[in-house]
Order: sequence, then structure tokens, then C-alpha cells
Amino acid sequence: MGMTISQKILARHAGRKIVEPGELINCQLDLVLGNDVTAPVAIAEFKKLGIGKVFDQSRVVLVPDHFTPNKDIKSAEQCKILRDFARQYEIENYFEIGQMGIEHCLLPEQGLVVPGDLVIGADSHTCTYGALGAFATGVGSTDMAAGMATGEAWFKVPESIKFVYYGRLPRWVGGKDLILHTIGDIGVDGARYMSMEFTGEVIENLSMDNRFTMANMAIEAGGKNGIFAADEIILDYVKKRVKRPFELYQSDPDAMYFDIKEYDVSELEPVVAFPHLPENTRPVTEATHVSLDQVVIGSCTNGRIEDLEITASLLKGQKVHPEIRVIIFPGTREIYLEALRRGYIETFIEAGAVVSTPTCGPCLGGHMGILARGEKALATTNRNFVGRMGHPESEVYLASPAVAAASAVKGRITAPWELEPERGFHYEI
Amino acid sequence: MKYSGKVHKFGADIDTDAIIPARYLNTFDPRELAPHCMEDADPDFPQKVKPGDIIVADKNFGCGSSREHAPIAIKGAGVSCVIASSFARIFYRNAINIGLPILECEAAAEGIKAGDEVEIELENGHIKNLSSGEDFQAMPFPEFMQGIMAKGGLINYVKGK
Repeated sequence: MGMTISQKILARHAGRKIVEPGELINCQLDLVLGNDVTAPVAIAEFKKLGIGKVFDQSRVVLVPDHFTPNKDIKSAEQCKILRDFARQYEIENYFEIGQMGIEHCLLPEQGLVVPGDLVIGADSHTCTYGALGAFATGVGSTDMAAGMATGEAWFKVPESIKFVYYGRLPRWVGGKDLILHTIGDIGVDGARYMSMEFTGEVIENLSMDNRFTMANMAIEAGGKNGIFAADEIILDYVKKRVKRPFELYQSDPDAMYFDIKEYDVSELEPVVAFPHLPENTRPVTEATHVSLDQVVIGSCTNGRIEDLEITASLLKGQKVHPEIRVIIFPGTREIYLEALRRGYIETFIEAGAVVSTPTCGPCLGGHMGILARGEKALATTNRNFVGRMGHPESEVYLASPAVAAASAVKGRITAPWELEPERGFHYEI
Repeated sequence: MKYSGKVHKFGADIDTDAIIPARYLNTFDPRELAPHCMEDADPDFPQKVKPGDIIVADKNFGCGSSREHAPIAIKGAGVSCVIASSFARIFYRNAINIGLPILECEAAAEGIKAGDEVEIELENGHIKNLSSGEDFQAMPFPEFMQGIMAKGGLINYVKGK
């Protein structure tokens, strides 16, 4: 019996030829990640073990991105724990303000994750790196502590669900719409404990930034990881960035799947997820009655250069609606600089948006854009749980950057084609 | 290990933002997290909960973020055990790693009502509803996982070996 990509990566890291779903295995890790919310807990646990060093100083990554720039004294203390630990234990990949970015935009960009890697991160959106053909999954702080100490973690080999996307991707529809549509179909626990493997002719032509968006939200369907087969698009992306050797994996033709889901995307509209779960999806044309107080564009889901490109194409020469607040936050310093060079930042500010330094702040209701009671936001982020962006009686709608930019101009949820579609950017396939 | 207490009931897909909102994540002190435990799902919960009480919930409990603060807040609030139809993957792992007893049992999650007094035996997965007399059987954990929970978490377990 053949194996899936996920099985192959886990088998190699367990020193085995074959692993089967349900098996408990111990694996060698390529990378262990933490941030300013989760790493302080992990560091406290790590210190209880009384070990003088981490398993490999080049393979622990610490990114203070959630409550940074430090939002208050407590956050500053948390970040200081990371900084002090990084210095004391000589962690090579600690990213200080000024060098940093939102972790899941930053690590691929810096070439820290390579195809075929096994990565754990104390952040649920660690599954983003599946876009690179790596097996990456979110864990808690204690697992991170044990990972930093030993370079190992135990896993239950997951079953896989294959998602096949075919047809012609319509204009204004991208990775965010594909993944929201999928979560709307299978539900927020539809892939619980499982590997989500994204395939099909649409995926084969999908850009890296769109793939990152899809892998990023595997956790919103309960997935253990999301993964793409290694191909030329991944190869093009990584060869400019990585310094380590890597391995490219494909699933075997006779690999076993728990389920196979097929989607004809030819008639798909941009998708909006209504409060308070990512599975509450509707086509954008059924959402245009929803008036908004805030639009947020960015995050580990949609804070990359293509996301800013489509946003700029729609905001160019436009003004944001006078009753709406628009916050745009590029994912990393490099993305910010590229957006600056291309003139996007000027476009955003002239349109009346504010542009923030990279931070997770607004996405999780941490800082930089908290909602008051009764307010509604449309965000390109990944979660719309109760209280996610502020007051428990506020509401978050999830959508793509194209829908977000159009909505910023109209002040209500808006289909991108409502704004001069002839000028817009679209995904070619 | 036997636990007994009064039941607080919650629905499906209780996410980690409901268990402990991100606005409180600038600390990981259980004493600071506990007063906000479950507050976006039930604002009165932190006042109502008594040491030893039990949370019973529907499917996919703990979905969302990887924050270990979620089981830490529940444990910090004095909850002795969480029973759910199913748990989200990261929460499940985190609960065991920090030593918060959990049991997966669909029948118990359906049959037990808010306010019931329930007794749990972690070793054999036995759940007894003392208020109604009903018995339920959850799949017991393998011995090493029970060992982790009994020691109060993975780090203590590893140190004790």
C-alpha cells in the first residue's frame, strides 16, 4: 500500500520505511517555533527540566509577534522572557522588532522551513508551512518545551483527506475563497486530527501566496496539517531562499485516503464566513447587506505581497468609506518594503487606510484595532469566534483581500466587481 | 483517580477564545487567567464555578488556537475534569500535557444535564451521574497518559522518570 505525503515525511523522521494511520511514533524535528504568547510558558517548562542548552540553536525559532510592539507592561515582560532566553541560550533565529514579521509569513520568506521538513510550532497556524510541502503542525507550549529540549516529539500518524479542485478559477476568486468554501462544506471539525491534502488542476496553477493562505486555515477545519505536493512553483519559491538541502514528496498513486472531496470551482463566488465560525460561509452576493465599522487586511493568512497587490489594485484612486476604519498590516518587514517600493503603501494611505507594522495584534483582539460592543469588522484573518477581535458582542466576517478592499470603499460587504472590475487584478490559470 | 463535582454544560465548538480570550494572554499565571475562564461563553462562569466542578460539552471542545492558557485557565478555575463528545486535537494534547483530566464520551455529553452531580474514575473511564443514577463509559487513557495526568503534567512526569 502506498503512502501519502504526510505519511512519507513522518516515516522518514521516525527512521521508518512505512508508517500507517493511527500509529504512535516518535520523530526527529527539523524546527521548533514559539511566539511571545506561547514561548514564555514553554521557557518556564523548559527551565524546570534543568537542561543547559536547546537541542540545536539553529533550529529553534522565536518570534515576538502577537502583542508587539509591546502593547503594555505585561506584554513587555513576556517579550523580555523571549529575548533573555534567546541571548542566554544563543538562539540563532530570534527576530527582534525591525527584523521580524508575523511568524508564518516570516519563516518561509527567510528560508527557515524547507520542503520535506517536520516542524512543530506553539501556534495553531504553524500548519501554514504545508504550502512548502513540509509537515507542520501546531502544538502547545509544553510540547514546544519538550521539543526544544530533545528535538523530538511523538505523533499519531493522521489519516488524510484529499481535496481535489478542478475547473477554471473565476476572476476575483483565490486561495482564501477555496479554503473558506472547503471549511463551509466539511465544517470546523470536518478534518479533525487529519491531514488535508490539496490537489487538482486549480492547485497546480495556484501561486505560493494563495497556497500559504489555504494551508494556514487547515486548523480551522480541525486539521492536523494541510499539505501540497512539491512542484515547480514550490521549487521556484524555495531555491531563492533556503540554505539547507530539502526533499520533495508526492503521494503514491495507491495511497489510502479517509475521504476524497472534489470541487468544481468554475462557478465559485468570493466567499464570506459569517460570525461566529469559519464554517458559516455564504457567497459574497448574499452578504452585501452587512454594513461594517472596520476592515482589517493582513495577518498570517493574507498579509503577503499578492494580498497587498490585489488590495492596492482596488484601492488605487479610491477613498475608504467615511464611516469605516481600515487597517492594513503587511506580514513582514520584507513584504512591507516591497509594498513601499511598488507604491502600494502610498495608495493605502491616500485612500484613507492606516498601515501598521507587522503584528498579530488585531487578528486576535490583542491590540491595534479592537472592536467595541456591537461593531462589525470584515477581516482577511482566519477566525471569527465570539470576541475574537474585541467585545464579545462584536462581529467578525472573514473574506479575501479583494472582498475586503472593495468593502473598505463601500462601507458594507462588497463584491470586488462592484468597483470598476476592468481595472482589477485577477488570478490567471 | 476519582473526581466528583457539579456539572457546567456547554455546547458544540467551544473555541479557545471562549475558554480564555486573547486579551488576557499577556500572562500565563493560572491565578490571573482563572477569573476570565469561559467568560465569553458564559460571563457568570468564573463566579459560579467551585473547586472540583466538571465541564461537560458537545463536540470539538477547545478548537482554535494552540494556547496552553486554555487548559491552564480551566485547571486554575478549579475544574476537576472536562467531558466532551470530542476534543480539538491541540487542546486534547495540551490538557494531558498540563495535567487537566479529560474524557471523551458522546453519550455522557448528551445525557448529563447542567447542575447534575457527576463522579468520574479516570483509570477505567467510568462516569456516574449521581443525580440521575445513569452510568456512562468513556474509553480509558493508556497508562502513560494517565501517568502524565496523575503527575500534574508532562514536565513533572518526565522529571519523575
